Amino acid sequence: MNTITRFLKSLLLLELAKGAAVTLRYFFQPKFTVHYPEEKTPKSNRFRGLHALRRYPNGEERCIACKLCEAVCPALAITIDSTQREDGTRRTTRYEIDLFKCIFCGLCEESCPVDSIVLTDVAEYYFEDPSEQTMTKDKLLAVGDRYEESIAANRRQDAAYR
Amino acid sequence: MPITEIVFYVFSLVMVSAGVAVITVRNPVYSALFLVLAFFSSAAIWLLLEAEFLAIVLILVYVGAVMVLFLFVVMMLDINLTPLKEGFIRYLPVGIVVAVLMAAELLLVIWSKGSFDQGAFPIPPPNPVGFSNTKALGELLFTNYLLAFEAAGVILLVAIIAAIALTLRKRVGEKRQNPAMQVRVQRDERVRLVKMDPEPRQGN
Amino acid sequence: MSETLWDQLIYIVILLLKIVAVVVPLILTVAYYTYMERKVIGYMQLRRGPNRIGPAGLFQPFADVLKLLLKEIVLPANANKFLFVLAPVLSLAPAFAAWVVIPFNDWMVIADIDAGLLYLLAMSSIGVYGLIIAGWASNSKYAFLGSIRSCAQMVSYEIAMGFALVGVLILSGSLNLTEIVLAQQGGLLDWFWLPLLPLFVVYIISGLAETNRAPFDVAEGESEIVAGFHVEYAGAAFAVFFLAEYANMILISALTAILFAGGWLSPFEGLWLVGDTFLGQGSIFWFLLKTVFFMYLFLWWRATYPRYRYDQIMRLGWKVFVPITMGWVLVAAVFSVFGLVVRGS
Repeated sequence: MNTITRFLKSLLLLELAKGAAVTLRYFFQPKFTVHYPEEKTPKSNRFRGLHALRRYPNGEERCIACKLCEAVCPALAITIDSTQREDGTRRTTRYEIDLFKCIFCGLCEESCPVDSIVLTDVAEYYFEDPSEQTMTKDKLLAVGDRYEESIAANRRQDAAYR
Repeated sequence: MPITEIVFYVFSLVMVSAGVAVITVRNPVYSALFLVLAFFSSAAIWLLLEAEFLAIVLILVYVGAVMVLFLFVVMMLDINLTPLKEGFIRYLPVGIVVAVLMAAELLLVIWSKGSFDQGAFPIPPPNPVGFSNTKALGELLFTNYLLAFEAAGVILLVAIIAAIALTLRKRVGEKRQNPAMQVRVQRDERVRLVKMDPEPRQGN
Repeated sequence: MSETLWDQLIYIVILLLKIVAVVVPLILTVAYYTYMERKVIGYMQLRRGPNRIGPAGLFQPFADVLKLLLKEIVLPANANKFLFVLAPVLSLAPAFAAWVVIPFNDWMVIADIDAGLLYLLAMSSIGVYGLIIAGWASNSKYAFLGSIRSCAQMVSYEIAMGFALVGVLILSGSLNLTEIVLAQQGGLLDWFWLPLLPLFVVYIISGLAETNRAPFDVAEGESEIVAGFHVEYAGAAFAVFFLAEYANMILISALTAILFAGGWLSPFEGLWLVGDTFLGQGSIFWFLLKTVFFMYLFLWWRATYPRYRYDQIMRLGWKVFVPITMGWVLVAAVFSVFGLVVRGS
């Protein structure tokens, strides 16, 4: 008896119909694809994207060339040269991050005593030339100037947990 | 000149040259393909004769099935051409005798009708509109030639059974899956759910 | 013949125009069938499918065609150049030639020949040559093995398919496709799918196998071996194979509509209320609707079922389908002899 019912079941293609019903149900369900450039998924304020060097509100750069970030960087991506400026403060002459080496761990940001080097939430950037991988000081400062508002906002949001 | 004649000569030319190519071309795959071309052209000529059923069946059976298997075999075989040529001179006399015999038989049939005059082989009158070649053939096959037709069917059946019986042999130590058995498997036969109490922590 | 050459020329020109009128929409349908495939399968996997080029991605097929045409046709080393180029044409030609006998409605057919069904079978069996020659001419063992697998599969399933057609033949009493449709007159329940239900199912499944589509697409399983007989093809030559495959799928869908689902006949024929309106009349609209429905089934099943293993495909064809169809052909004969199914009621 059991054999006969099984035989009939396979002959009537019941299992195939069941499978087809599943796909048909999914056909009419709402799709969860996000239309990327137009729509974006929300980003955490701790997102670790492109690097930036920040300035104080008066326009003075924050970095004091303490080289803590260079020391802590596990990928040896940061190179810093420093000198004494005319006003006696210590400043960097060279601050470079090799983006191909960087692993975006965020240790540089955590080690910075003056909140100068930060990781912004910018993830959409590209190089047209392999030599553009190195973020020079000018570029980093430019990124910082450009995104200062969102950088500051993200830091404020996260301040209670640091 | 009516178009049918142009078509006839074009296809005849293609057919004859393809036929010549079948036996002259060195590559066996090429000769099989030329044979396909010859079948096609002859089917086209049959169509001109209003024998559409035969023409289509020729394509269906010979081109669609028989020649595909031929091609399979010819493509898979790694034929070395030099040893094939060796026996050419030795078998030439026998070949010539067979060829002459076949030509003589053909000529005999033609001469028995008279000669190569037009009158000996008149063009058949065109079929009336709505005449179905298939139906006429079917009616003949299932009435006048029923016995021969059935006998042919039985012979084919015997051939099929013989072919299957020849290839059906049990080898020792052969491992084979039975899909029917695999499909029939139930969950209970393969999976056993066991209730287990959590074990006491090891060590301290 | 009293006709002059001039008359015959005009006849040929009109015939050519008819052929163009069928082939051009067919090619466009193939283009949009690929779009439909990607959309339908995407939707079933909760994706959106192509949506970038044009509104809702509607120009995607043209972008694909352009890309394929601009790519280089690579000739493999030691490949047989003539046959290599001939093979795609050989696989495309029968797929298009078969449309000659397809009746779109009671008068729209290029050649209303008596042996139409046999002609279709002949055309579908010729399609094998494109594959087998492509595999051999590529001078690649992968292409060759792939072509042998595809061909063996197609030749095997042609038998089940042929037997399924015999059932239709017995009930309709004709090889002419127009007459086969006319024999099914009288609404949804009078079409042949009901008395020939097993044959109908076998025919559709064999159609899947015949066109090497999922779940029978082992010959070119994308996730396993990338491609079968056409591994060595690129660019326009590959596009022609692609065109042939999709044209064949559309052909099988149209044939299923004609042989088992009443062709251009309306499912509401003779019903009250709708029977007298446009919906109750047979028209090309119904034929196209049915064809698109069967085309959708092809995609639906591709999105649903996992791929068969090759030996299981062969087993299904020979050991399951052939006996079922042979048995039901006998049943159909009984139907026909005792008048259980009335022809063209």
